[in-house]
Amino acid sequence: MNRALTADRIATAVLWAVALFVIVVLIAIIGYFVVQSIPTFSISFLFSDPSDTQLGGIGPVLWNSVYMLVLTMLFTIPLGILGGIYMAEYAGDGWLTNAIRFSQELISSVPSIVVGLFGFALFVAATGWGFTALGGALTLMVFNLPLLLRLSEQAIRAVPADERAASLALGATKWQTIRHAVLPVAITGIVTGIVLTSGRVFGEAAALLFTAGLSTPVHYDFSNLNLLDPRSPWSPFRNATTLSVYIWKSNSEGLGAFVTEVANMSSMVLIVMVLGFNLSSRWLGRFLQRRVSGL
Amino acid sequence: MTTIESSASGAQPGLRARLDLPRRITLAAALVVIAVVVLLLGFIAWRGVQLFIGAGVPITQIFTTAWQPDPLSAGTNYGLLPFIGGTLAVMAVAALIATPLSVGLALFLAEVAPAWARRIVQPAMEVFVGIPSVVYGWLGLVVLVPFLRTQFGWLGFTTGFSWFAGSLVLSLMVLPTITSISYDAFVVVPADMRSASFALGTTRWQAIRHVVLPAAATGVITAIVFGLMRAAGEALAVQMVIGNAPVMPTSLTKPVTTLTSQITLDMSDATGTWNEALWTMGLVLLLISLTFVLIVRRLGNRRAPE
Amino acid sequence: MTPTLSKPLARPSLAATPSAVSRDAAVKLHAQNVSVLYGGRVAVRDVTLDVPEHSVMAFIGPSGCGKSTVLRCFDRMNDLIPSATVTGRVELDGEDMYAQDVLPVEVRRKVGLVFQRPNPFPMSIYENVAYGPRRHGLKDKASLNDLVERSLHRAALWDEVKDDLRKKSGLALSGGQQQRLCIARTLAIDPEVILMDEPCSALDPIATLKIEELIAQLKAEFTIVIVTHNMQQAARVSDRTAFFTLGEDRAGYLVELDDTLTIFTNPANQLTEDYVSGRFG
Repeated sequence: MNRALTADRIATAVLWAVALFVIVVLIAIIGYFVVQSIPTFSISFLFSDPSDTQLGGIGPVLWNSVYMLVLTMLFTIPLGILGGIYMAEYAGDGWLTNAIRFSQELISSVPSIVVGLFGFALFVAATGWGFTALGGALTLMVFNLPLLLRLSEQAIRAVPADERAASLALGATKWQTIRHAVLPVAITGIVTGIVLTSGRVFGEAAALLFTAGLSTPVHYDFSNLNLLDPRSPWSPFRNATTLSVYIWKSNSEGLGAFVTEVANMSSMVLIVMVLGFNLSSRWLGRFLQRRVSGL
Repeated sequence: MTTIESSASGAQPGLRARLDLPRRITLAAALVVIAVVVLLLGFIAWRGVQLFIGAGVPITQIFTTAWQPDPLSAGTNYGLLPFIGGTLAVMAVAALIATPLSVGLALFLAEVAPAWARRIVQPAMEVFVGIPSVVYGWLGLVVLVPFLRTQFGWLGFTTGFSWFAGSLVLSLMVLPTITSISYDAFVVVPADMRSASFALGTTRWQAIRHVVLPAAATGVITAIVFGLMRAAGEALAVQMVIGNAPVMPTSLTKPVTTLTSQITLDMSDATGTWNEALWTMGLVLLLISLTFVLIVRRLGNRRAPE
Repeated sequence: MTPTLSKPLARPSLAATPSAVSRDAAVKLHAQNVSVLYGGRVAVRDVTLDVPEHSVMAFIGPSGCGKSTVLRCFDRMNDLIPSATVTGRVELDGEDMYAQDVLPVEVRRKVGLVFQRPNPFPMSIYENVAYGPRRHGLKDKASLNDLVERSLHRAALWDEVKDDLRKKSGLALSGGQQQRLCIARTLAIDPEVILMDEPCSALDPIATLKIEELIAQLKAEFTIVIVTHNMQQAARVSDRTAFFTLGEDRAGYLVELDDTLTIFTNPANQLTEDYVSGRFG
């Protein structure tokens, strides 16, 4: 009995130690970036242009990250929600449904660099566009669509059967039921899914290397509203190096005198943004839940 | 498949009923997923085999260890083993590092932690997941690599860029995945079973070791495989710290390479056959991850009959 | 040194008759002013009772009046519920089980518990029965084999499973067999007391009967406390019966404790009379 009791105490201590260790590592990681960023950080960092000789900013690349997010979601959200509706409301148990699910599993396991290669082959080479934000967005859609589709499907399935039954019993069609009875309730989960997916899109780099391009933008003239002009930051037909890609670049070519500081601060910004997305997806979810459940 | 038309909708009843537009539209959206998969597999496979079909490189050559892709030097050889070996080696050691920590953490959360501790650790896991891959890579580059070089140079870390650095960084990234799936496996073990063990006078660790762990074994294995799957997929962080030396992985302290790293390094500049070899590497990477998907499916099916 | 409860020097081995227990029988379990609170709310109030050695005591009463809660005080299973607090004194052979230096693990080796729903481990029948002894340090194969066989015999399960002990999973047995397996598993650790929390409520009548017969046989070597919803069952198997009910403060309390015959034919308390005659509960 003694041995068993000692073993129990040791095991408990080890498990606590593991948990403590992991927390410490996490704090160390976040702490490192906070400590490194604070001395050199200023708000203008977020908006000013990069520089080779001085401590430049990340304005253009941050813009690109946001731009890519919006562009990607523009495609992904409608398809994701519609697809989720199909899977939750119309799909049977046949081979087609299984094929769709299998495809979802497959895509979610493909390495993002391979998705990037695919994006390159299709949206850069085959179409002749070269490196474009559009190409990058479509590539990002490749693996974010299945994700959002699954999250939407779950959100829609979570709507209680009673709501549907009530609507149908009043003589509404299936589509009317979906549109007016199910979706408004599922919107909470769907929005949560959108925000979560956004976090993933924001942090992605590997898939963008060879689709949206690698070159560091120097300066963006936001007054240029010509969507077809590759120099306009509003155009989807241009190089669009994002913040994540920019950080990755710090490891290869010399980016100028302040590479380390810039990369550290950029990392901090990235972490904050992605965490912001993840956290707000939860709060937003809870907030919307309360709104929708009739208060 | 007919729908009951409400007269309030105002549409022609018969036509709508036959078309069922909403169903078709939503189906089309869902089918995009299949289309994408088919296209992706197709493109990668097509480009990947060009090395053999177009450039005439024999398939057996990719299983050699010499990587000399430069067409300008004599004796070009497209041996992919260093990259395949490197990818698998980095993955394996990462799993070795991450698994005990992850399973331990999952056990902690499921069996030992009081509510307040769970409320700290579980969100911490989510933070871990949220940190983008490039940030881990950057951190490895500026903190881990110099640290290994200066403090552990005596172990053999000449530059710090090494197999071990790659695995360590990768283990951080797969830790949350293995933890959360293992946790799910532990939590599903019925409380009854633990109670039965306690009623027989066992300690908590005895119950964990002899009842919970065996019952959750398949789930934990699935967790590890999922972790490995993610490891195979994580590109850039590893690339930033492993040194990218196209040699077979022999020493933990020396630079190695992976399929992903070489692709990211060479893709911009490589042309001709060299370029095609990179596509073949992409295809190999794809095949490795497909293998994992099949393994996970097999594991899932084995659990189902219970 | 690991603190333990002292074992009595001798165990009387005479079979007690189901009708009356000698007033001189030693007190095996004793509860003194025991109350149990869940997160501050009183679930069971001020219970005092004695369980004589080698007897069967039944706890009866309406749902939710705390019978199982009191039962679980006797093997410190309530310790596993974080919000539960037990006050008062609980003694096994005169020694306080909740004393500072007493380990719950030790208590549970002497006091076994059979649950409402059978909960065999997902292991072979052999492994299930051998589980307890193994955890307590018994490694010798021959002894284990012996112990498993003996326990299965005593639980009246041996004949039905002796052919595929090691291959058949405990979960592959019928409900009644599973419950007997759980009893065998408990017997294997050689406890002194066996607590049973509505052991037959998930079983069919035939399986129930078999277990009731088992209880009658086990009484010779163990002290048994059984919680039951089934009054006929209480009347059939027990020597003494304790009747609990819910007070106005939503807390359970002990109304009456007496020989089973008396409780069912001539109880002292009106509430008891109402319950056993079916007027409520």
